[in-house]
Amino acid sequence: MVDRSPEAALPALAFAVLVAGAVLTAAPHTLWLPWWVNVAAGALLLWRAALALREHALPPRWLLVLLTLVTAVGVHFSYGRFMGRDPGVTLLVLLLFLKLMETRARRDVFVVAFLSYFVALANFFYSQSIQTAGLMLLTALVTTAALVGFSAPQRPIADYFKTAGRMLAQAGPVMLLLFFLFPRVQGPLWGMPQDAYTAVTGLSDTMSPGSISALSMSDAIAFRVKFEGAPPPRNRLYWRGPVLSDFDGFTWRVGLPQLRRDLDLEVAGAPIDYEVTMEPHNRSWLFPLEMPVRVPSTARVTSEYVAISLTPIRTRLRYAMRSYPDFKANGGAGPQDLRIALRLPSGVNPRARALASEWRESSTGDSAIVRRAIEFFRGSRFEYTLEPPVLGTNSVDGFLFETKQGFCEHFASSFVFLMRAAGVPARVVTGYQGGDTNPVDGYVVVRQAEAHAWAEVWLSENGWTRVDPTAAAVPIRVELGITAAAPAGAPFPLLMRTSMNWLKAVRNNWEALTNQWNQWVLGYNPDRQREMLSWLGMREPSWQTMTVMLFWGVAGALLLIALWLLRGIQREDAVQRAWLRFCSKLARAGLARAGAEGPLDYAGRIAGRVPASETAVRAIVSLYVDLRYGPRAEVDSIARLKQLVREFRP
Amino acid sequence: MLDRILQYSQAYNFYQWVFRRHAPEPGVVFLSQRRVYILPTRHGLTFGAAIVLMLIGSINYNLSLGYILTFLLAGLGIVSILHTFRNLAHLYVSAGRVASVFAGDTAKFQVVLENKSDFDRHSLEFVCREATASCDALAREHCSVVLPLKAEKRGWLQLERVTIATRFPLGLMRAWSYVQPDMRALVYPRPDTAPLPLPYSDADTGDAVSAGAGTDDFSGLRPYQASDSPRHIAWKSSARSELLLTKLFAGRAASELWFEWEQLPANMHAEARLSRLARWVLLAEESGLRYGLKLPGVTVPLAEGFQHREHCLKELAIYDG
Repeated sequence: MVDRSPEAALPALAFAVLVAGAVLTAAPHTLWLPWWVNVAAGALLLWRAALALREHALPPRWLLVLLTLVTAVGVHFSYGRFMGRDPGVTLLVLLLFLKLMETRARRDVFVVAFLSYFVALANFFYSQSIQTAGLMLLTALVTTAALVGFSAPQRPIADYFKTAGRMLAQAGPVMLLLFFLFPRVQGPLWGMPQDAYTAVTGLSDTMSPGSISALSMSDAIAFRVKFEGAPPPRNRLYWRGPVLSDFDGFTWRVGLPQLRRDLDLEVAGAPIDYEVTMEPHNRSWLFPLEMPVRVPSTARVTSEYVAISLTPIRTRLRYAMRSYPDFKANGGAGPQDLRIALRLPSGVNPRARALASEWRESSTGDSAIVRRAIEFFRGSRFEYTLEPPVLGTNSVDGFLFETKQGFCEHFASSFVFLMRAAGVPARVVTGYQGGDTNPVDGYVVVRQAEAHAWAEVWLSENGWTRVDPTAAAVPIRVELGITAAAPAGAPFPLLMRTSMNWLKAVRNNWEALTNQWNQWVLGYNPDRQREMLSWLGMREPSWQTMTVMLFWGVAGALLLIALWLLRGIQREDAVQRAWLRFCSKLARAGLARAGAEGPLDYAGRIAGRVPASETAVRAIVSLYVDLRYGPRAEVDSIARLKQLVREFRP
Repeated sequence: MLDRILQYSQAYNFYQWVFRRHAPEPGVVFLSQRRVYILPTRHGLTFGAAIVLMLIGSINYNLSLGYILTFLLAGLGIVSILHTFRNLAHLYVSAGRVASVFAGDTAKFQVVLENKSDFDRHSLEFVCREATASCDALAREHCSVVLPLKAEKRGWLQLERVTIATRFPLGLMRAWSYVQPDMRALVYPRPDTAPLPLPYSDADTGDAVSAGAGTDDFSGLRPYQASDSPRHIAWKSSARSELLLTKLFAGRAASELWFEWEQLPANMHAEARLSRLARWVLLAEESGLRYGLKLPGVTVPLAEGFQHREHCLKELAIYDG
C-alpha cells in the first residue's frame, strides 16, 4: 500500500529549496484565500515536514486522491462554483501543496516547480505593485535554484542560488526584448469571469451624509495628472465627477444621463491640456477638469458635462483631455431639466424652507439669492469635521441650525436644498478638489481623500455656475487642501499630514517611482507599444516588423550571452596562439621548430643562435611552459606572454 | 513515449545514418561544438507549454507583470540551452585504465575527462550499454568515471560507444555527445571450476631441471613456524593469505609443469580446454611452481611469477584456433 524508498532518491537540500519556493509564492495569497484553505495548506506543509524529518514514507496515492476531492468540494462550497478567477487560483494553491505530498520522482519535482511559477503569476491578479514584483522575482529565483539543485545536488546550496541568479540575470535582456517587442494584443481574449474586478474605493453615484467623509480616510491615489505647462492653482482644480440631481431628503442620486453631441458650452481664455492616468475604479467617470471640451474617443460627455467612458474603467487607463477653466455652460437647461433641478421632497426641513422663502421675498433676482446664501454660509461659523454628528429626518435643518458640524457633502446638500427651496435651479456635483504636485516627477496626484462635493446653480445670465459652499464656510479647504481644513487630531492617514516633511519626501520619491512603474511597466499596452516604436523611428509598426525586430534582437542578445559564457574557453587558446605566433616569427628567421621538439629543448637550441634576444626567448618559453603545463593559468600572465611575443624580434 | 522517439531519432538512427562514426577514436577526443547535440527534455517541453499558458493568461487579464514573469521564464528556458550546451562542449575525453578480467566478471573501463576551461562542469552522465556513471569536472581539473561492463566472452573487449549527456543546470534541456575512446580490456577465459589436480606426469619431470638449483622437491605449503628457514618462506603465496607460509619439500626432484593443449582429451571442446588450461595456470601460480604453456602454434616457456601468469592467460584469451 505504501511504497517505500523511491522518494529517498530525491536530494533533501534541493527539495527544501523547492518547498521554500512554493511557500514564498503562495504567501501573498494567504491574505485573501478562505481561512480553511490557509489552514489546509499549513497542515499539509507541517505533515510533509514531519514525514521528511522522521524519514517516513509518503502517503499512499488513494489518500491523496481523496484529499484532492475533499478540497475540491470545499472550494465549491466556499465559492459556489469552480469557474472563475478566485476558485481557480484557490484550487491551484491547494494542488501545489497536495503535490508536495507526492514528490517521489524527478517528474514530480518539475510539476511542483511549474505549479509554483503558475501560483506566482496568479499573485498579479491581486497586486501588481513593485513590492509584489520583487517578491515574485525572489520566488522565481528560489524555485529556479531548486531546479538547479536537483540537476546537481552534490554542490553546496549557495551555488544553486548563484547559478540560478546568473541565469535569471542573463534571461533579463531576453525578457526586456520580449516585453517591449512582443506584439501586444489587447485582452481579454474571451469573456472575463465576473469576479475579475473586486470592489475598489472611489466615488459612487449616490451621496448621503458620511459617504464622502468615509473616503477622506483613504490616501489611495484616484488618478495622476500630467499638465502641459504649469498646473493651475489648487483652488481651481475641480475634477468633475457624477452630477446628482435627485434628492429624497437623505440621499442624492444621479438623474438619467443623456448623451449630447452638440453640447452648448461657451469658452474663453486659454485651454488646459493634460493627461490623466486613472486608477481602475470599476465605474465610467473620467473626472475631467471643469469644463471639458475634448475627451478620449472612447468616452462621451453627458448633458450635465460629465465625461463618461463607454466601458467601466477596470484597468489603469491613460488618456488626454482638454478643458477650459473659463466657461459659460448653457447645456442641459431645457424646461424639463430645470424642473428636475427644482424638485424637492415635500414636508422635510421646514426651517430651511422658511429661510429660503425669506431670501426669495427680500431679493431681486436669482444671483442675489445665491449671494445671500454664500453670505449665510460664510457668516454662520460652520465647523468642518470628518466626524459630523448623526442627523435625523430633517437632515438639512439639523445641520444648518443645530449641529453646524459637517463635511463637504453636508454643505453641498444643504446649499442645493436652500437654492431649490428658494426657486433657483441647482444640483450637487461630486468629484475631486485639489491635488498635490509631486516635486520629483511633476505629476499632480489626486487621492481619494480629496473627494469633494459642491453645488451648481442655474443663472440665466451665467449658465450653470459653480458655487462651493464648503469654500465659503471653510476657505482653507480649497486653498490648502483637506488636511489643513480639518481640525488638528483628525484621524488622517499618517502620511497625509503636513508636519512630517521627511516622510513626505520619502513618499514623493516612492510615488514618483510607482508612477514610472505604472506608466512604463503596468501601462505598457498596444497603444504605448505603438507610441514607443514610432518614437524609435518605425513608421507603421506592424506585428510582422515587430516579430522580425524581436527575432534579431533575441538572436543578438543570445549571441552576446553565448560569447560571455564561453569566454573561459577562448582564454585557453590565447596561450597556444601566442606560442604559435612566436614559433612562426622564429621560423621566418630560419629557426623553425622541429616536429617533435618540446619547447624547452627548442629554447635551448635556438638560444645560442640568437644571442641578442636570448633573454626574451627564455622568458617567453618559461612563461609558456608555466601556462601550458603549470597547474593554473592567470589572466595577467597570459597578457604578459602575449605582450612579450608581440615585442619579440628575433 | 516521447522519450523513446527522441532516443531513436537522436541517438541511434541520426547518429548511425548521418554521421557513420563507428570507429574507435584514438588519443584524446575533443568534444567540439559540432559533436554536441542538444534537444529539450520532456520536462523542457512541458515548461514550454506552461509558458504558453501563462502568456495566454497574461494577455487575457492584461497582466503586465504576468508578461514580465512569462517572458523572464521564457528567457530562462532559452538561456538554459546555452548553459546546458556549455556544460558539455569543449571537454577532452580520453581512455583511462582498464584491468584484465576473467570472462563472466565485470570489466571496469575508466574514462577520463579533462576540463580545460575556467568554469566547472556538473552532472555529466556516462552511458554505455547498461553501465552508467556520472561525475563533475571542476575548472581546469580532470575527473574520471568507471564504466562497469559485463565481460561475456574471452578475448579483447572493445569499449563501445559511450554517450556523455548532461541536463545541468535546469533539467529542461539535454545535451549529449558520443565518444568511442580506443580502449579495450583483455578478457581471460573463465577458469574451469572442476576440482582437478595439476597434471603431474612423468614426462614433465627430471630432464629440464638444472642441477644444483638449490631447491628440493616442492610438495606443498604449511604455516610458518619459528624454526623454518627464511629461505623457504613462500613469499608470493603468503602475500595472498593471512599467514606466513613455508614451502615444504619432498624427496622428489624439482618439477616443472607444461600445460599442453594436446594433453587434454581429444573430444574436449576448444573453450573447455582453454578454461581448463586457465585453471591450471592459476593453480600452478598459486602453488609457486614453474610452468609453461603449449598451445597449437604458441609456446610460452617455463617461468614463474605474476607477469608470466598474465602472459599465459593472455595467450589463452586471444587464442583463436
